Amino acid sequence: MPDTRSTSVPGTVRARALPAGPGPTARLILLLLLAAVLVGLATAVLSLPPVAPGLGAVVTEHLPASGVEHPVTAVLLNFRGYDTLLELAVLWLALLAVWSLTPAPLAHEPTANPMLAALNQLLAPLMILVAGYLLWNGGHAPGGAFQAGAVLGATGVLLHLSGRRLPRAVDGWPLRLALLLGVALFSLIGLAVMAGGAPFLTYPPASAGGLILAIEAAATLSIAATLAALFLGGRP
Amino acid sequence: METLITPGNDAWVAVLNLLLDGLLGLLLLWLAWRTLASADLFRAIVLFIAFGLVLAMIWARLDAADIALAEAAIGAGVTGALLLAALARLHPDRPGTQARPRGSDAS
Repeated sequence: MPDTRSTSVPGTVRARALPAGPGPTARLILLLLLAAVLVGLATAVLSLPPVAPGLGAVVTEHLPASGVEHPVTAVLLNFRGYDTLLELAVLWLALLAVWSLTPAPLAHEPTANPMLAALNQLLAPLMILVAGYLLWNGGHAPGGAFQAGAVLGATGVLLHLSGRRLPRAVDGWPLRLALLLGVALFSLIGLAVMAGGAPFLTYPPASAGGLILAIEAAATLSIAATLAALFLGGRP
Repeated sequence: METLITPGNDAWVAVLNLLLDGLLGLLLLWLAWRTLASADLFRAIVLFIAFGLVLAMIWARLDAADIALAEAAIGAGVTGALLLAALARLHPDRPGTQARPRGSDAS
């Protein structure tokens, strides 16, 4: 019985409890299938043209009209803004799914490590500054809403681990508003430009820079709130 | 770096680059294998975070700074934290996950 033997080694209990692996025949078939996949992948990679045509030239050509100077941000927020909008929506849906599964674990009062709390007093302002820098940087260099949101969300996680809790007053609709802000503002701006006759999410070049910055700021807040809320793992 | 190696500069730099990239690639494969083969879930998560960081370095080597940033922040950082939180939910009594800061505090 694998169970009795494994109890002597804590930490490997779960793995031992799993059913036994595939037999030799199944292993051979798996190996062959994997080899076939490997050959297929290798052929696909080797048959690629040495210089991929890509859309880099087209993006560079239209960069001045995008409102930002960094091609990646131009693609993410302007040329392919629809994808980013849906990404934000997917993140939001993931949180909805988590929230509908279970309420947040009862805040068993944290006996937070005083070292962690002290460190966070130094780290949290710095991380908020870094998030702001990444957000602003997105306009002309690598950076942007997702990176800034991840850093800001990690700040929230760290603060949670060091025993800080959201005040009750912010727990309700202000939190929900923060979660929704990114998708809402993105969609609203996308719809608003349609009043001028443009297609959905096609910003007028003159105001594109400001609109993208506003969308990215809202998205940063929403992504941060969503990631931190996902870490809590349940409806507050 | 390049100024230190005088004879045949470019060739040396190319070899060094190749060595570094090869090392990173092998390290990534090894980390992926260890992550999947690890019996201990906590160790697997830590290896996954290390995998994400090495992958971020590889993206940076490929001049894809945006993806490197996203990989380090979201792929390694936030996903790692989420996995650790999920593990703590799976085994609330397991030492080494949730109870670590509390245990060190209480004793």
